[in-house]
Amino acid sequence: MTSYAFDISHLLAGSLVLVSFMMLYQDRMYALLRTFAFQAFLLALAVAWQAFTQNAPHLYATAAIALIFKALIVPWALARVVARMGIQRTVETVTGVVPTMLLGMGLVALSILLMLRLTEAAGNPLAREDLAFALSAILLGLLMMVTRRNAVTQVVGFMSLENGLILAAAGAQGMPLVVEISVAFSVLVAMIVIGVFLFRIRERFDSVDIEALDAFRGERQ
Amino acid sequence: MSGSLALQGVLVLPAGAALLLAALPGYRLSAWLNVTASLATFLAAAALFGLERPAPGNFLLVDDLNIVFVVLNTFVGLTAAFFSASYIGHELETGRVTPGNLRFYHAMYQVMMFGMNLALVSNNIGLMWVAVELATLSTVLMVGLYRTPEALEAAWKYFILGSVGIALALFGTILVYLAAQPVLGEGMPSMVWTNLIGAAARFDPAMLNVAFVFLLVGYGTKVGLAPFHAWLPDAHAEGPTPISAVLSGLLLNVALYAVLRFKLLMSANAAALAPGPLMIGLGLLSLVFAAFMLYQRRDIKRLFAYSSIEHMGIIVFAFGIGGPLANFAGLLHMVMHSLTKSAIFFGVGNVAQIKGTQKLADIRGLTQSHPALGWALVLAVLSIAGMPPSGVFMSEFLVVTSSFARMPILAAILVFGLLLALGALLLRLTGTAFGEPGGKKDHPMTGSLVPLWLHMGLVYWIGLAMPGAMVAWFQSVAAMLG
Repeated sequence: MTSYAFDISHLLAGSLVLVSFMMLYQDRMYALLRTFAFQAFLLALAVAWQAFTQNAPHLYATAAIALIFKALIVPWALARVVARMGIQRTVETVTGVVPTMLLGMGLVALSILLMLRLTEAAGNPLAREDLAFALSAILLGLLMMVTRRNAVTQVVGFMSLENGLILAAAGAQGMPLVVEISVAFSVLVAMIVIGVFLFRIRERFDSVDIEALDAFRGERQ
Repeated sequence: MSGSLALQGVLVLPAGAALLLAALPGYRLSAWLNVTASLATFLAAAALFGLERPAPGNFLLVDDLNIVFVVLNTFVGLTAAFFSASYIGHELETGRVTPGNLRFYHAMYQVMMFGMNLALVSNNIGLMWVAVELATLSTVLMVGLYRTPEALEAAWKYFILGSVGIALALFGTILVYLAAQPVLGEGMPSMVWTNLIGAAARFDPAMLNVAFVFLLVGYGTKVGLAPFHAWLPDAHAEGPTPISAVLSGLLLNVALYAVLRFKLLMSANAAALAPGPLMIGLGLLSLVFAAFMLYQRRDIKRLFAYSSIEHMGIIVFAFGIGGPLANFAGLLHMVMHSLTKSAIFFGVGNVAQIKGTQKLADIRGLTQSHPALGWALVLAVLSIAGMPPSGVFMSEFLVVTSSFARMPILAAILVFGLLLALGALLLRLTGTAFGEPGGKKDHPMTGSLVPLWLHMGLVYWIGLAMPGAMVAWFQSVAAMLG
């Protein structure tokens, strides 16, 4: 592999993790959705680059799905949900931005330490570092789901977690097509589910704040 | 009929029925079509026993281990469909669901059966993951069926926790592929389970270790193991009762099956981490935690949901101990738990329908007001609490003795948890089953009692006289599990 191919792939995967960090401190809903769209765009580029360097044309399909579905359609649909509910300003966090960022850094350090040691034996440096970045993105997505109260932001957190997964799957040399397509397809299905849920939640409550839902727990009556 | 035809039947029948049910209006016809499709699927699964097995391909596999799961899955799927057919009309009358909801419900029921069967017969770790995801999504939709705030919250929680679990499991799956790829080469062969198990000894052990941790946490979330169990009680309590029965009786098993497959992979590599202690730890934690939680329940479906966490803990503990005896016990306990727990939910569905509530405090004196239902429920609860002579007693006894022989201290914790749970269940049982029936006027009971008594008959029959063929079969599977 030529060194510039390696560098570009590195750059894209690294930027993806950086954007995950950016999502952690967004406090406006539209800004968050735009940041997510940007991450999905980076993912599409990263996957397309993998397709090119690995000479695996089926990965272009995955890249296209990421670009069209995750970078365009989903943010657009969620923005409509946000507009309809009038929750543009409410990205409520459980903890402050600073502790969240510190936690995030800790998670990235953890995943790099783990993955680089783990894959020392593996010959392919590209797969190694991609995997470390992918795990970072997964853990940051998880962190975002944990630290946000709002249903829409949790969904965004989950999708950024999925971005990390697709990066990992694309980085795994020659992983069969079935899996990537199905990952993308499952995301699609999951989105439908989430959309339906959001609208149903809307029928019953005036907010999509998960805290409000907690009050309806059967055990607390 | 050949084995491969039966195998296809197990998959094609539910998938085709789902399409058909999605197109058909009219819930009465759909409900019985659902039963018919489930019966046909069960017959196909049962036929797998006798017929020559198809050779494992890149996607599908039938072996001694998964036949047990498939037959159990389709059998409880059939009885639950039958119960549902007799039960769901009442939900329509009380206005909890609309005819449109029911059409969706029946189609989703078959989608779920398809997903679970596919997960069980898949020979490909990627395909297995997709199938588990499919089964999860379909059950999420069914848990939210009633559209009440509680049901929506339960479905949302289940969806979020289930998705995270599934995402972690996918990462574990990718890591397994990366461990296999240097040995088996790029592409499909490195995801086929029969290849993986053959070559597992040559995989990078460090990679396998990390993969297993992700897989255990990921699929363990779906099993309902203790720190990751938060979705389980809500999902059981707020969904339609036939779905509670299927969740407890089947979906947890499917996730457990996935864990077992990867455990086998770990065991095949001598240098990798021993999976036993992790499973033992999670199992005991789930058992003791759930046993304590049983005391505070006020909702009857939540009570039995926690009891499911407890029993999944016992099963995972038994498989974690390993060895022929403990594996045998774990396998038997899994079958007994599925049969008993789904029977309990069939009973509970009727109780909730009669009383119009799920609150334990409002349910009194069932054996007097409804003897056939009350006594069946008494038998079922005694069975799940592990009283002789039920099959659950036998399997719990085997788990305890096999762990006493190997690890006495852990066995003491196990017995403590079992007794704690027994106390809680008996306490609740005396309250609901005996005494004077409650004051409020009862609604008529529509749900059939046949599945409940059928399951109880099986559980006590196996407890009293387990058929020799079944013993031999389970012994061979236990030996395979190592």
